[in-house]
Amino acid sequence: MLIYEHSRPGRNGAPQAPASKADLSDIPSGLLRKDSAALPEVSELQAVRHYTRLSKKNFAIDTHFYPLGSCTMKYNPRACNSLAMLPGFLSRHPLAPDRYSQGFLACMCELQNMLCEAMGMAAFSLAPMAGAQGEFAGIKMIAAYHSANNDDARREILVPDAAHGTNPATATMCGFSVKEIPTLDNGDVDFEALQQAVGPQTAGLMLTNPSTLGVFERQIEKIAAIVHEAGGLLYYDGANLNAILGKIRPGDMGFDVIHTNLHKTFSTPHGGGGPGSGAVGVAERLKPYLPLPIVAEAGGQFSCLDEQDAPQSIGRLSAFMGNAGVLLRAYIYMRLLGKSGMERVAEFATLNANYMMAEAKRRGFQLAIPDRRASHEFIITLKKEASELHVTAMDFAKRLLDLGYHAPTTYFPLLVPECLLIEPTESEAKEVLDGFMDALEQIREEAANSPELVTTAPHTLPVKRLDEVGAARNLDLAWKPEKAD
Amino acid sequence: MPFIPHTEQEIAEMLEAIGIEDTDALFEEIPPHLRTAGLEGVPPGLTEMEVSRLMHKRAAQNKDAVCFIGAGAYEHHIPAAVWQLATRGEYYTAYTPYQAEASQGTLQLTYEYQSMITALTDMDVSNASLYDGASALAEAILMAVRGNRKSKTRRILLPRNVHPAYRRTAETIVGGQNIELVEVDYDRASGTVQLDALQQAAGDDITAVVIQQPSFFGTLEDVDAITDWAHERNALMISITNPLSIAVLKPPGQWGSKGADIACGDGQPLGAPLSCGGPYYGFLCCAQALVRQMPGRIVGRTTDVDGREGFVLTLQAREQHIRRSKATSNICTNQGLVVTASTIHMAILGPRGLENTAAACHANTRRLVEQLTGIDGVRRAFSSAEFHESVLLLDRPVNQVLESLAANNILGGYDLGADYPELGNALLVCATELRTEDEIAAYRGALQEALDVKTLQKEIA
Repeated sequence: MLIYEHSRPGRNGAPQAPASKADLSDIPSGLLRKDSAALPEVSELQAVRHYTRLSKKNFAIDTHFYPLGSCTMKYNPRACNSLAMLPGFLSRHPLAPDRYSQGFLACMCELQNMLCEAMGMAAFSLAPMAGAQGEFAGIKMIAAYHSANNDDARREILVPDAAHGTNPATATMCGFSVKEIPTLDNGDVDFEALQQAVGPQTAGLMLTNPSTLGVFERQIEKIAAIVHEAGGLLYYDGANLNAILGKIRPGDMGFDVIHTNLHKTFSTPHGGGGPGSGAVGVAERLKPYLPLPIVAEAGGQFSCLDEQDAPQSIGRLSAFMGNAGVLLRAYIYMRLLGKSGMERVAEFATLNANYMMAEAKRRGFQLAIPDRRASHEFIITLKKEASELHVTAMDFAKRLLDLGYHAPTTYFPLLVPECLLIEPTESEAKEVLDGFMDALEQIREEAANSPELVTTAPHTLPVKRLDEVGAARNLDLAWKPEKAD
Repeated sequence: MPFIPHTEQEIAEMLEAIGIEDTDALFEEIPPHLRTAGLEGVPPGLTEMEVSRLMHKRAAQNKDAVCFIGAGAYEHHIPAAVWQLATRGEYYTAYTPYQAEASQGTLQLTYEYQSMITALTDMDVSNASLYDGASALAEAILMAVRGNRKSKTRRILLPRNVHPAYRRTAETIVGGQNIELVEVDYDRASGTVQLDALQQAAGDDITAVVIQQPSFFGTLEDVDAITDWAHERNALMISITNPLSIAVLKPPGQWGSKGADIACGDGQPLGAPLSCGGPYYGFLCCAQALVRQMPGRIVGRTTDVDGREGFVLTLQAREQHIRRSKATSNICTNQGLVVTASTIHMAILGPRGLENTAAACHANTRRLVEQLTGIDGVRRAFSSAEFHESVLLLDRPVNQVLESLAANNILGGYDLGADYPELGNALLVCATELRTEDEIAAYRGALQEALDVKTLQKEIA
């Protein structure tokens, strides 16, 4: 039931606005709105009840195990939220002068410094508002660097075919052409193909390490060397950073520029699809190009650098300070973890993933890359089940929902047929992982004995399988008053 | 260990199941000489008590003053219920609704958001949000270039009275894609964009015209005439609006005889606190004809196999995870949580709540301007009607005046000197519905004093 269905003309039970409408007669009437906007007219209680009820139709980390591969759905500590929402932060205007904002800027400066340390980079900017914007900033900086060196022939970005779709989309947005590099069956980049692809046209290589296949790229030094020798730069996609935090730093692997997903590795909430934060870090030679604003410290005073301080910057990505409140949450999380807590993240994320992988193997599931160590995530392929039992990875995913588990990522990476990409994260206890593996086994048994139970799942959720084709064909993207009965 | 539940015994069992001796063996595929010895520069961890103490101290170091700054971020009342509901774990800790059946809460709420924002803008369709108003403008420009097949030039008219940070963000994002952003000057007397200035900049062909209503100066543009002018030249009309203002101002969908083609802006005034600049959200709406050019997630209403109403992500064929290098945009994560808050905010205020709030902002700013221009040496910069901001010209350097106001606990506005040096000592002021008569009177008193003291000092010198 939509909020609009609770609406009655003239209803308004909320003391939330001035009781009457002030005079607007000094505005020319042609510039004024003639009709009221078709917004719902409900009481405050109706709104509260409606949105409380709606919330219960969601799976979330706080309610369910959520092993969505590549998304790092770890616990979001509540302290990070409540402390980021202290009035002193919430009421600060983004254009309030720096000298009246020292508390906020101190947090930002320390966050930049901790990120530099954890990533092995020379400098960080907190400006990008999501991973994809971080990627954009990173590739833009690579373009600016080549352009500053009058090296304008470098028009191509190399991307492994296992990469997230954002990588090629970003390179295109920055005006580059994209060349995809194949991946070997063992999960490593096809080095020979890379060797043939690099050249004077190469602006850079975008790499996720560990890759989306859930394995560490073992040839990373050779890859860095060959790209650098050709004059290209190396871009690190931080999607899978949770696998290596505190164990190996992207800077030490030879990367020149990196984006981090603070909403993954540093536990800021995913919020039903955002906000994220894609802070970017760079090696010394790319420092002049970092996006604005950047927080600087001098003599114990913090300030935001602008275009005059950083004339070679690629510029601004948002009106103000990126997703400031998200940055505060990441800062608080990092202070709670500290040095040793941060070093344990990858250790236990990886322990959980490898334990689940060992369990999957023991229980007879087929692994996409069986002979390698998993990173923080691993892939089960249900190719056999699909051909023998006619039950797909999607069916498994839907049935998992019935059994009280959010499904893993399905059908990504695109290279593995009928796959489930499973990322447990470090914050889940062993019995939760065992319960999930039991559920997978149960579904396989159901698939053999009563396949319809699986192929028509879910059965226990607010809706059954939805008509996505119909949704795209007969677009209904907004409630409109004329549709109301 | 912070947020790690493993007991020693469980660790031992798990290692045994994997068949390794210790957790170090998990990283054996990483070249050993590249391994980090430890994150020496990261300070030791704190307890929640200690972090709480630290953050309270930091929050207190931000000056708590009465805010008369607008310039793209506005302090409004937000009902207590809004963020209490939005930060429920079911909304706060869910992800993008890939499993529709387990995400009907987020999906239906997003559909309701799309319904409300299209009702406010009077546009056909909306996406599920973009990062902020500035990046939404950049995406709107890219959309116009894809969508206007009659235009050959990829030229966009971008007036100087559009928010300067929006213009800079648009340059960053669309630069490198062979798009020309053509600057159009504003009229010095009215603070608005005039048709002859547009005409002069237009040349033979333009792809789109951008108009911000109210402008960055708070002034109101003749949006009907400009929209019709753009359409006569086969250009698309991109509107940037403050979504609260269009509760009372003519919405983009009603501009001119055909309406704007793309409407964007920042959703912050609808339920997002100032919060040091974010997270806010960008809204992006368009005419039905352009829906396939829209970037980002879009939610559609459909039915399940039993015919029950349900909601899904739709039109995904535009997106990067399918189209890769040919996608409409690289965006995937948006600002879902802020949209959640904003949807609840709109539902609680309703049409009249938003109208009365918007009108109160206008009335308060008028009162403020009347009060301040009553002081010798303070006058309005522009003659045209304004919504809830106004540019004042002072006879003293603005930074000195702001300093003196801050000493009286007043953040007096935004100094336009860096972006608009041609205006002289120009100050952009704003009084939302939250500003009381006492606060406005205090501003007047403090400004009077600031200008008097300066006069005195000058005379002494």
